[in-house]
Amino acid sequence: MCLAVPGKVLEITERDGTRMAHVDFGGVTKEVCLEYVPDLQVGEYTIVHVGFALQRLDEQSARETLELFRQMGDLDAEFGDQWGRAAEQSGLPLPNGVPGGLS
Amino acid sequence: MAETASTGSSGGPSATGVLDFEGWTCPLPLRDSPTIVMGHGGGGAMSGELVEHLFLPAFGDAAAESLGDSAVLPPPTGRLAFSTDSFVVRPLFFPGGSIGELAVNGTVNDLAMSGARPLFLSVGFILEEGTDLAVVGAVAQHLGEAARAAGVRVVTGDTKVVESGHGDGIYINTAGIGVVPDGVDIGPQRARPGDVVIVSGEIGVHGVAIMSVREGLEFGTEVRSDTRPLHELVAAMLAVTPEIHVLRDPTRGGVATSLNEIARSSGIGIALEERALPVPDTVANACAFLGLDPLQVANEGKLLAFVPPEQADAVLAAMRAHPAGVDAVAIGSCVEDHPGMVATRTGFGATRVVDLPLGEQLPRIC
Amino acid sequence: MKYLDEFQDPALARRLLDDIDATVTRPWAMMEVCGGQTHSIIRHGLDQLLPDGIELIHGPGCPVCVTPLELIDKALEIASRPGVIFCSFGDMLRVPGSDRDLFRVKSEGGDVRVVYSPLDALDLARRNPDRQVVFFGIGFETTAPPNAMTVYQARRLGITNFSLLVSHVRVPPAIEAIMTSPSCRVQAFLAAGHVCTVMGVGEYPALAQRFGVPIVVTGFEPLDILEGIRRTVHQLEEGRHEVDNAYRRAVTDDGNPVAIRMLEDVFEVVDRTWRGIGMIPQSGWRLSERYREYDAEERFHVGDIHTAESSVCRSGEVLQGLIKPHECAAFGKECTPRNPLGATMVSSEGACAAYYLYRRMQPPAPRIADAGSREVSSVG
Repeated sequence: MCLAVPGKVLEITERDGTRMAHVDFGGVTKEVCLEYVPDLQVGEYTIVHVGFALQRLDEQSARETLELFRQMGDLDAEFGDQWGRAAEQSGLPLPNGVPGGLS
Repeated sequence: MAETASTGSSGGPSATGVLDFEGWTCPLPLRDSPTIVMGHGGGGAMSGELVEHLFLPAFGDAAAESLGDSAVLPPPTGRLAFSTDSFVVRPLFFPGGSIGELAVNGTVNDLAMSGARPLFLSVGFILEEGTDLAVVGAVAQHLGEAARAAGVRVVTGDTKVVESGHGDGIYINTAGIGVVPDGVDIGPQRARPGDVVIVSGEIGVHGVAIMSVREGLEFGTEVRSDTRPLHELVAAMLAVTPEIHVLRDPTRGGVATSLNEIARSSGIGIALEERALPVPDTVANACAFLGLDPLQVANEGKLLAFVPPEQADAVLAAMRAHPAGVDAVAIGSCVEDHPGMVATRTGFGATRVVDLPLGEQLPRIC
Repeated sequence: MKYLDEFQDPALARRLLDDIDATVTRPWAMMEVCGGQTHSIIRHGLDQLLPDGIELIHGPGCPVCVTPLELIDKALEIASRPGVIFCSFGDMLRVPGSDRDLFRVKSEGGDVRVVYSPLDALDLARRNPDRQVVFFGIGFETTAPPNAMTVYQARRLGITNFSLLVSHVRVPPAIEAIMTSPSCRVQAFLAAGHVCTVMGVGEYPALAQRFGVPIVVTGFEPLDILEGIRRTVHQLEEGRHEVDNAYRRAVTDDGNPVAIRMLEDVFEVVDRTWRGIGMIPQSGWRLSERYREYDAEERFHVGDIHTAESSVCRSGEVLQGLIKPHECAAFGKECTPRNPLGATMVSSEGACAAYYLYRRMQPPAPRIADAGSREVSSVG
């Protein structure tokens, strides 16, 4: 459940006393209710579900997570074939996550 | 309502699409009640005035000077292609077009998908009582412009009016006649293992444009409908080789529907490469936002072609040299495996089935 | 889309998969709670890329699937009434009730409308003061705050011709019910990321402790799901059973306190029946006393509903992860997305539909290689 996508706040407005925002999802824009993230500012990103901003998207955290992924396996490159060795040690055949079809 | 921006002709829509009632000579005070009434479908004087002062000027030189009960035409040389389609799109006007363009391009493209050069169209309008004449006029003008752009003539037509509450404003039916060149044998049962599947350009565009203005969904976007006639693109492809096996314009239900139908008709499997699918960012983002699959979203001015492998490069080059095919790309091939089914290799190297959408595409929350 | 596309990078997926491959030494079974996660897994084929021993059991996180049959029948009844505009998310239109669905009601003349947001339904109420507008409020904790705010606004703006048909369910009691089931095979949970965006992670440590299962808060994009699985595998291999947040860009420990306060004001927790599973205590929400006048069930007095579940449908067992969809005798035969017997075949991420749509044959790897050179020379 819970299809929610990250969008960028372009403009903050008000409708009937309710705090609203014009949010951009990479070229698709929509009016979104901001009452649940009242301190959200223009230029920030937020997770939007059925027309409501539910939380600020922590951009720093997103970048850090991606960086962690990028660094994963770099140690292998330095120290050799880890999973080959692990497989040896556990007495199992090599797992079948063979890099086929992925760049 | 009666704005004046005369084109100089005896009434009819001006260049801005606004109706000019000044030239209307009919004594009935139509210009004072600028909506469709039951009498407009009655076949009498009011119907005549609607044709004379609204439809014909709107169609311009895309129509014969008068539209009789039937059009008597010189027989074309070659096999005839004949197609009909009805247009019930809601809303009537959307980014990039209106029901008027769709009514022409839809039938022109159906003919083109047999390899035919389209020649003549009939146009039938079903109008709801109470519809603004200005709206009817604008639609008719778009229809005329589209016919001119496609090089087809509207040679006969009909108008009926239904009571208010029935008919959703405007419904249009068009039927078309075209000629198929010799040596061309195109049909959904002709795909063979090894055939390359080509799409003429970016997918999902029309559906997103329509959804963006649909009540309950409206969202802002720059996506505009891709409606356009495709017969000249097809002619350019056939000039390279008559050996084109299948052509299909993936309208309702998207590429997924067309490919599934062809796979079933031909008894072959289709293997797609997801990373090759040309989905523009704006469409991908709209689909992500609504929870839709771009493969199931409607297209208009696009075609799918199944081409023998040895001809694929040449056909692609010819397509890319044509304005309607600049973004043409191969997206997969026909295989002997899983006959009747379409599968795609995902961006991660795994496989999934691409199925027919079940019905109307609806945005989801889950 | 920024902060979405980056989490679909196949090269980074490879790194996560390599780490999982290198870490796993024995078979493990984990459940992804959320239907949106199921959808993502099957749509990208992620489970095909995992080592053989890792089993993903698809959980009951599909609010469409678990909405009680009786409530669907009530919805159908209300939607059939003249003067009612019945609004719903698209997901619910094809869910079968005892003898029909909302699409059928629409074709029989009912005014049924699909909306993107509950605020659209409130807008309709404002623009149609002579009609009764009813919104079908289904969903987990993610969707409850939007529905709550809508009712709150209705009262604040004095819009009385609006009501909510409530079917909200909560995740932690479902986890508890699954874990206490005698045939439970689940050893870890990938918690629903957007539910935690709202509720935070506070309800999970007790569950992790009590049942000895790792609970990893997981997002929805391929990299998020693989990372959730990766962290889960590490915990399982190391014998840990902690709560871990792998979706930090959207989830904080405390969730969204403003939303939680609104939920506490507008809703109250009740026992609720989950379709196919049965009654799970304290697992649902209904409108609180203060907002009860906006409750569609009360406003419309729907009585005399005879529910009749298909005797063949085994969606309950599928929802609890006890069987896989293709193990049901009706799968792909009497029961297909076109003719669904139960909700798990209708919802786009009901496990049965996901299997049917993406997996009902296991095609051999498509022979793209043959046309591959053709494509390479033709593409770009």
